[in-house]
Amino acid sequence: MTSVFVPRDSSAVSLGAERVADAIAQEAARRGSELRMVRNGSRGLYWLEPMVEVATDAARVAYGPVQPQDVPGLFDAGFLDGAPHPLRLGITEDLSYLKNQQRLTNARVGITDPVDMNDYLAHEGYRGLQNALTMQPSDIVKEVTDSGLRGRGGAAFPTGIKWNTVLNAQADAKYIVCNADEGDSGTFSDRMIMEGDPFVLIEGMTIAALAVGAGQGYIYLRVEYPNALTILNQAMDAAYQAGYLGKNICGSGKAFDLEVRVGAGAYVCGEETALLESLEGKRGMVRYKPPLPAIVGLFGQPTIVNNVISLASVPSILAQGGAWYRDFGMGRSRGTLPIQLAGNIKRPGLIERAFGITLREILYDYGGGSASGRPIRAVQVGGPLGAFLPESQFDTPLDYEAFAALGAVLGHGGVVAFDDTVDMARMARYAMEFCATESCGKCTPCRIGSTRGVEVLDRIIAAQDRARNLPLLRDLCDTMQAGSLCALGGMTPYPVLSALQHFPEDFGV
Amino acid sequence: MSHSSLDHYQHVVRDIATRHADLPGALLPVLHAIQDELGFVPPDAVPVIAEILSLSRAEVHGVVSFYHHFRTTQPGRSTLRVCRAESCQAMGGTALEQHIKQRLGIDYHATTPDGAVSLEPAYCLGNCACSPAVMVDQAVHGRVTPERFDALLKDMQENAV
Repeated sequence: MTSVFVPRDSSAVSLGAERVADAIAQEAARRGSELRMVRNGSRGLYWLEPMVEVATDAARVAYGPVQPQDVPGLFDAGFLDGAPHPLRLGITEDLSYLKNQQRLTNARVGITDPVDMNDYLAHEGYRGLQNALTMQPSDIVKEVTDSGLRGRGGAAFPTGIKWNTVLNAQADAKYIVCNADEGDSGTFSDRMIMEGDPFVLIEGMTIAALAVGAGQGYIYLRVEYPNALTILNQAMDAAYQAGYLGKNICGSGKAFDLEVRVGAGAYVCGEETALLESLEGKRGMVRYKPPLPAIVGLFGQPTIVNNVISLASVPSILAQGGAWYRDFGMGRSRGTLPIQLAGNIKRPGLIERAFGITLREILYDYGGGSASGRPIRAVQVGGPLGAFLPESQFDTPLDYEAFAALGAVLGHGGVVAFDDTVDMARMARYAMEFCATESCGKCTPCRIGSTRGVEVLDRIIAAQDRARNLPLLRDLCDTMQAGSLCALGGMTPYPVLSALQHFPEDFGV
Repeated sequence: MSHSSLDHYQHVVRDIATRHADLPGALLPVLHAIQDELGFVPPDAVPVIAEILSLSRAEVHGVVSFYHHFRTTQPGRSTLRVCRAESCQAMGGTALEQHIKQRLGIDYHATTPDGAVSLEPAYCLGNCACSPAVMVDQAVHGRVTPERFDALLKDMQENAV
């Protein structure tokens, strides 16, 4: 029986994938064609979604973007045999956008049925855990340390060092917390993993639990991702049933329980200490550090807080070794980064590549330039707290240190392109406005500074006494950067000052 | 608000809070369950939750008011969330936002007079590769043009249940 793949990924569904799946099922029934429909994750070629794949004897063949009205024509053309049709894109794996990627973390996304345990196992799933079960905790931590993996949530802190701190902490209870509060605008790779290969996240968290001796894990998921919640819960049920979660993991006698907790629309809860407060049932107020969450974390116990991508990178590291992972990348940025390309771009999507690829390659070789056909004027990398980069910086390699040298950040790997119609003073104002909306209110530079920032920018935009207001804006940014308790207030100056530095003409300078 | 609906709310709130009372960090799960059931967290729920979870009323109120997602008034039959973030802005999101506000005749955090739609801002729906995006209840819609929005609005207005 022919297998047909129609993604259940939120973005594919946002473009009609659900209606396409229904249309295919109905058309098949009408014609008496037998097919097996798999609701996979997205391959991440979003300009081609809804992208339907058919498994032929040779390979999987892709068609897209498919709308319900295209379905009868696809059957007429013989798409179940991979036959030609105007929407036929070719063999999926040969599409250049995919072919030129290095998908380590996203190896299975779009390929497997996200909630089918057998499919996961057939695609090398749980190999990392099987290895970890034969290892001493300190050896698991060493493997992660050796891989050079750094926190993919944005802070880029070495994951192995964090794990080692929790391993060495003495406590009755320890926790593994997955930060799935993917609030950074322009980012969606956490969502793609959770919707496209949730088992890899569950496996990564289980390995983390074995490594540090934790018995309970929580996935803190943002409320904006209801589809991911459904899929995660289905995958967790399957993992419990198969003995990969629960009181006796794979018969090892080790226990690990996992629960999803849903956030409530507060960006600041992506900050790890605010996230812990929220998990404890409180307002998402940022905590003072020290103590580090690795020492005093959830409910006062030693806690690993890692981003989805960090944890989802762990199974392949344990399966193939830290040295293998470390071979990818450049400088101190080891492994791969799932880059999320969005904004005004012709071919937006997910591009997982080793560190070192340049912004220009991402924007033009993959992205194909702007969607509007106008020149790309600015790019924001790393979410709403990331700097804007002008064309003169597009040759910068994606590397934590190279970006830091420019006063920019890679963050969670989001790249948002703007064409030449963008007003950068407006973007700077938006950054301040966002900070004012989302500030937890604990520290003054962020709580008050952001509101004053909006006011100062309004005056600058209205051309009121710019000679006095521009230095005031710089001074305010300096206070926020140096005096805020967390990255929200501390990094809002990045987009503001980079916009001013690189696009002064938009500020009337 | 009639007495019977008030009784119903009290019953739902008490039942949910009691079922979650032993959960570590129960307050957010409790508030979610109440809002999923009733559509909002009635202010009268605060003392009931506080009593059952052994918290102060101030703590419960503080949490309800901190998070954008929780609301204390009845929402419209559909809740429309419009993404205001950068990727959507780069793809005409600001113009779409204006179109939506003008069509609905309301601003953010308000409900249309016919009770059909509550309008809320969102700061990223994770649909950035299909910008601009909006979310109607639990369903995300991508590459939304003013025309596509008008079709969605028609569906929302016909959702008279």
